[in-house]
Amino acid sequence: MSVSQGVMVVLRRDLHLAFRNRGDLINPLIFFMLVATLFPLGVGPDPDTLLVMGGGVIWVSALLANLLAMDSLFRSDFEDGSLEQLMLGPQPLWMIAMAKVISHWLVTGLPLTLLSPVLAIMFGLPVTALPAIVATLLLGTPLLSLIGAIGAGLTVGLRKGGILLSLLTLPLYIPVLIIGTGGIDAAVSEMVWSGHLMWQGVLLVLGVTFAPLAISASLRVSISG
Amino acid sequence: MKWTFFHRMSSPKWFYDFSGKCLPWVGVLALGCIATGLTWGLLFTPPDYLQGNSYRIIFLHVPSASLAMTVYVGLAITAGIGYIWKIKLADMAVSCLAPIGASFCALALITGSIWGKPTWGTWWVWDARLTSMLILLFLYLGLVALREAFDSKETASRACAILAMVGLVNIPIIKFSVDWWNTLHQGATIKMTERPSMALEMLVPLLVSIAGFYLFCLFVFLLRLRAEIISREQRTSWVRSLLGAKS
Amino acid sequence: MSQLPFLSVSGLTCERDERILFESLDFTLSVGEILQVSGPNGAGKTTLMRVIAGLSLDFRGQINWCNQPVEDDRPGFQSSLLYMGHQPGVKSTMTPEENLQWAMGLHRSLTREEIWGALEKVKLRGYEDVPCYQLSAGQNRRVALARLFLAKQKLWILDEPFTAIDKLGVAELEQTLVDHASSGGLVMMTTHHEMNVDYSGFRQLVLGEKQ
Repeated sequence: MSVSQGVMVVLRRDLHLAFRNRGDLINPLIFFMLVATLFPLGVGPDPDTLLVMGGGVIWVSALLANLLAMDSLFRSDFEDGSLEQLMLGPQPLWMIAMAKVISHWLVTGLPLTLLSPVLAIMFGLPVTALPAIVATLLLGTPLLSLIGAIGAGLTVGLRKGGILLSLLTLPLYIPVLIIGTGGIDAAVSEMVWSGHLMWQGVLLVLGVTFAPLAISASLRVSISG
Repeated sequence: MKWTFFHRMSSPKWFYDFSGKCLPWVGVLALGCIATGLTWGLLFTPPDYLQGNSYRIIFLHVPSASLAMTVYVGLAITAGIGYIWKIKLADMAVSCLAPIGASFCALALITGSIWGKPTWGTWWVWDARLTSMLILLFLYLGLVALREAFDSKETASRACAILAMVGLVNIPIIKFSVDWWNTLHQGATIKMTERPSMALEMLVPLLVSIAGFYLFCLFVFLLRLRAEIISREQRTSWVRSLLGAKS
Repeated sequence: MSQLPFLSVSGLTCERDERILFESLDFTLSVGEILQVSGPNGAGKTTLMRVIAGLSLDFRGQINWCNQPVEDDRPGFQSSLLYMGHQPGVKSTMTPEENLQWAMGLHRSLTREEIWGALEKVKLRGYEDVPCYQLSAGQNRRVALARLFLAKQKLWILDEPFTAIDKLGVAELEQTLVDHASSGGLVMMTTHHEMNVDYSGFRQLVLGEKQ
């Protein structure tokens, strides 16, 4: 049994579970749309204001929606003992963690990214900015999943993990947010935005390198505690 | 190379005895430095030619800001040592350092804000430095909250150690991105007036004050760590005999 | 490796929140042996199981698998380990068949016949495609126990495997453990139930006696 096969088993299982609880699959998306809808209601529908805010609002909503889905990443597995089984499998824990992060991204980050153009049009962002929005989210949301999983791993053993998870994770999301919105802003004002994309790529590479180790360390602590 | 010193130092009992001996000296030195630095700075240095007397808050602000950052780095390194070599004392130190760092960070933000009112005419600007400091405060508060959330102190220390190390990796990235964000939105902020260099008569009391704050921080840290050691080791024989001897 | 696998533990001390659960524990477990860890509540039975499985980090001492410290080759140790904790590790939204498919899937790939055979042995044939939330607690435990029939792992660490299992099931399970041990396996388990086995390799380890 090779290691990659084990990872595929976990990935398939998580996707399978996600599709079995369809509510969990769609709720973050509804939340994403809903949060974004609150902004025009809160600050007024002036198109100029919305144009300035649009990129930021999309990113903040994506960030919150991602975080909302994050708490359940390890929780149900922790509660029914499956996490212990995953940890004691012959695969290294960081690979299992990676598989779970990928499945989390596939069911939240990716749909959010695909849905973002709709929001962009509702906020009156120019069509030329759409590729930037999709591209920054495409590179940024996996990083959100990676960072969030560290927090989820740390708080999984706690009864009330949810709010603590946001407290731990949101400050770490800031660079992703800044670079992502920066890229969209550049695209809206018709400047070059490939630089932002490269920075996001750099962060993503860093995240993929270090986050799995931190996630597995945090899971070990939570399971042990 | 033998690590005997390292190991001896990491024994809670040895550390408790040793820090007990140092504590009064550190306290007296801290008090002396802070008193000297602050009276000198607040009463005897000339007013700034641009900001008048309002600049004097730097004698509080700069040491706090500097400590806020140093304590985090120290905390994360201690956390790393504790995590890798499984040293109990380092775990305890992490738990003690987080609230201290958070306090200095809050102090730096508050004094910065008070300084900002006469200088910029507003309590708060989304200046790169202020924003980074605010994020640092959130990182600290996250650590404190995480520590409080666990029932078991050992699990809490381990979890905090991981979070602190993740935070340390992130801090340069956050700092860089906030600076960059700030230059991007330059129009919205007021540029800080860059002083060419500080006059010697201001710099010396500032340095004394910084030294005093560092010593004070060390003093508080040792106090907390000693309390933590006693609380965690209360079942060991040496703590029992210590407490028995006192009561 | 010509040597038979065995587990040896030396100087194992476990402290939880400054309370010593057990101190300087030494024992070995060789092929063909069933070790029942017993002791009063709070003696540290579950903790001992978790320490040996590698779930709990709060311990001092040495755990060797085939003369090699387990921390040197965790994946290697874990590929010969089957652990069952208090929670059965059964996903309630999945069916017994799916549960077994992924639980054992980490170790090897299974055919549907193998899974059905294992379900047959735990008397769950006919429930393959019923979601586990519709099954009783005992049936859920049986889903977890069906793993024993699919396992190729040598070392079984079972924490209270008899929970929620009926009398007949317990007898069958005891037989399963004996079969595993006599065919070259190692079993380490906790239970409050009186083990009714007549097997030469059966031993007991009692925790919490010194107090």
